Amino acid sequence: MRVVAHRLIVAGCTVVGLALVYAVVNVQGPAPDLALAVSGALAESGVSHPVTAVLLNFRAYDTLLEVAVMLVAPLVAAALPTTAPAPAKPTNDPVLQALAAVAVPLALLLAIYLLLIGASRSGGAFHAAAVLAGALVLLQLATGRSLPAWLTPTRQQPLLILGLALFCAVGWLSLLLGGYFLGYPPAWAGVMILVIESGLTLSLALALWRLMP
Amino acid sequence: MTSALGYAIAGALLVAMGLAAMLLHHHLVRRLIAFNIMGGGVFLVLLGLAPGHGEQADPVAQALILTGIVVAVAATGLALALARRLHQAGGDVRLDHPSSREDDDDQK
Amino acid sequence: MSLWLDLLLIVALLWIAAGALFSRQLFRAVVLFIVFGLLLALAWARQAAADVALAEAAIGAGLTGALLLDAAGRFRRVRGGKDAGGSP
Repeated sequence: MRVVAHRLIVAGCTVVGLALVYAVVNVQGPAPDLALAVSGALAESGVSHPVTAVLLNFRAYDTLLEVAVMLVAPLVAAALPTTAPAPAKPTNDPVLQALAAVAVPLALLLAIYLLLIGASRSGGAFHAAAVLAGALVLLQLATGRSLPAWLTPTRQQPLLILGLALFCAVGWLSLLLGGYFLGYPPAWAGVMILVIESGLTLSLALALWRLMP
Repeated sequence: MTSALGYAIAGALLVAMGLAAMLLHHHLVRRLIAFNIMGGGVFLVLLGLAPGHGEQADPVAQALILTGIVVAVAATGLALALARRLHQAGGDVRLDHPSSREDDDDQK
Repeated sequence: MSLWLDLLLIVALLWIAAGALFSRQLFRAVVLFIVFGLLLALAWARQAAADVALAEAAIGAGLTGALLLDAAGRFRRVRGGKDAGGSP
């Protein structure tokens, strides 16, 4: 019975795979050239890197909702009742500690660089947040603690929603300035995007860090 | 055949392989691996079918994939948090009945 | 020349993915998944998608891989004296 079910699954998935390949090969008509549209409007987006312009200006609504999704995971994880939390166990590994002493400051520098360079080259809030979260994990592994003790999970909550709150605030601000929600006035767009990205970096780094067990 | 189409076809195959693994395995971690590989396949199709310009790939597709990667890690983290809680409470991280097991995929 | 490189990368992607999906040992599957993430980052770089390549290497391979590795180690010991996953 089990073998028959397995064979049915394999056969079905083979059919699905062939159909998908057929669909991919036989896409009808040329796809709309969005790259051209983006580069045409790049001048009024406030940044010169097309990917950042799409993420935080042209399709900022998508990114806003993504940040909201990113908030759900740590909040649900925090709502789960846990038995005794695992005690932090500092390692005495001198290699790890020496590595952390060199790598953590470098990672902080790299995160700031990635955040700022996002306006003109590859980089941005998501990359900076990933590097920042990585630095926190390394610090935790080497020293047994990373965030300061007064920053308890409850007190982390304002920081956790900072990115989303700034995003919404800037969106409403651009509405008040005569545009529409998240439609930044071109003169202010560069500053607004930098403000949003700075908040996002902190919030996303904390969210990614809290996903870690 | 251009290499972009090759990546798109590879993406379609990855989706099918991931689907098969998702249905065949019962271990939660294995299903999460399949989920992530299916996601990678979808991203490959997305970028492979977008018209390229050599210098830089379609920025809209890139932004969508970036969003997708971050949402995927959030979903994986949430699923693992739930699985850890289940494990702590004494539950089983495999979804099938213990008596019907024949593969030994989480040994050693 | 470059077409062959792409073809090689595609074959490697599919091969490693098959290993990550159908390997018998869970730990091995997770390690192969991390390798898959890094190869996928290479594929993005080959397609001139630098932003995606960076994010995939950091988040897709690194962070997801770390999460899965932790889970694989944690779930290995099944509590309550039940068998660790079937017949040996």
